[in-house]
Amino acid sequence: MAEVAHHYDEKMPLEYRTEESRLNILGFWIFLGAEVALFATLFATYLVLFQRTGHGPTAMELFKVKEVMIETLLLLTSSFTCGLAIHEMRRNRLKGLLTWLIITLLLGAGFITFEIREFIDYVHEGATIQTSAFLSSFFVLVGTHGAHVSLGIGWMILIIIQLLQRGFTPRTARKVFIVSLYWHFLDVVWIFIFTLVYLTGMVI
Amino acid sequence: MATNDHHETFPWKHVIGFVLSLVLTFAALWVVLSSGLATKLIIGIIVILAMLQASLQLFMFMHMTESDSGKIQTINMAYAFFIAIVIVIGSIWVMWFVV
Repeated sequence: MAEVAHHYDEKMPLEYRTEESRLNILGFWIFLGAEVALFATLFATYLVLFQRTGHGPTAMELFKVKEVMIETLLLLTSSFTCGLAIHEMRRNRLKGLLTWLIITLLLGAGFITFEIREFIDYVHEGATIQTSAFLSSFFVLVGTHGAHVSLGIGWMILIIIQLLQRGFTPRTARKVFIVSLYWHFLDVVWIFIFTLVYLTGMVI
Repeated sequence: MATNDHHETFPWKHVIGFVLSLVLTFAALWVVLSSGLATKLIIGIIVILAMLQASLQLFMFMHMTESDSGKIQTINMAYAFFIAIVIVIGSIWVMWFVV
């Protein structure tokens, strides 16, 4: 029986080899479910309020296609490179894993830079979080996503440091896998921000 | 159970997922900027495109269905999206009556 279990464990990717790791990964999926509910409330607030622009600018006046597309492509590509990092991890290539994780980080940092510049531009145009219900809900929704990305960047840096110190272990592999789930999830949220906030704002 | 046994050298799944995501993103942009369709129809189409792209991420990048708890993970996310849809559509619907 023990032999069977051992053989079974050996066949799995490194991040699934201990009971603890498997439960951690399942637990993280449950957390992502809660995150979906959190963002749903922010989307609901935004969609209810986005036409309440008061004396401030409307979505159509404010949003610029080019900047939004740059942010979208940066984050989408970072989600892809993060997937490649996991692919390298499962082929036992530490160097490949680290390379793709660092590229992911740089793309994420590029995304945040563009987002901060976008927010600064809006404020200069007189569109602040206090201007209208539309802008309050906009900054809270998009800002919460941006805060998540910023947290993800810090988290990923810590994981990279641990990988450099400890190399591949079932524990570091599990940590890398979980931060990758978080990163992909941020892109899932962005797809809906792109669609329901920016694209919708350009037609209504 | 996904294993390390089949050492795929080229990450096909990720590349296909990425290309499809790009196609869906630009398709949504095109529908908004140059399709000339009715507003309601445009929103319907781009929401469907967004859902497709989100599914791509979950299945092709996040490997949601892998491991022993793949089924629980899938049910968990399906339930989460159900809750999200109820919150969003429900809020829009109920606030429809507040003019």
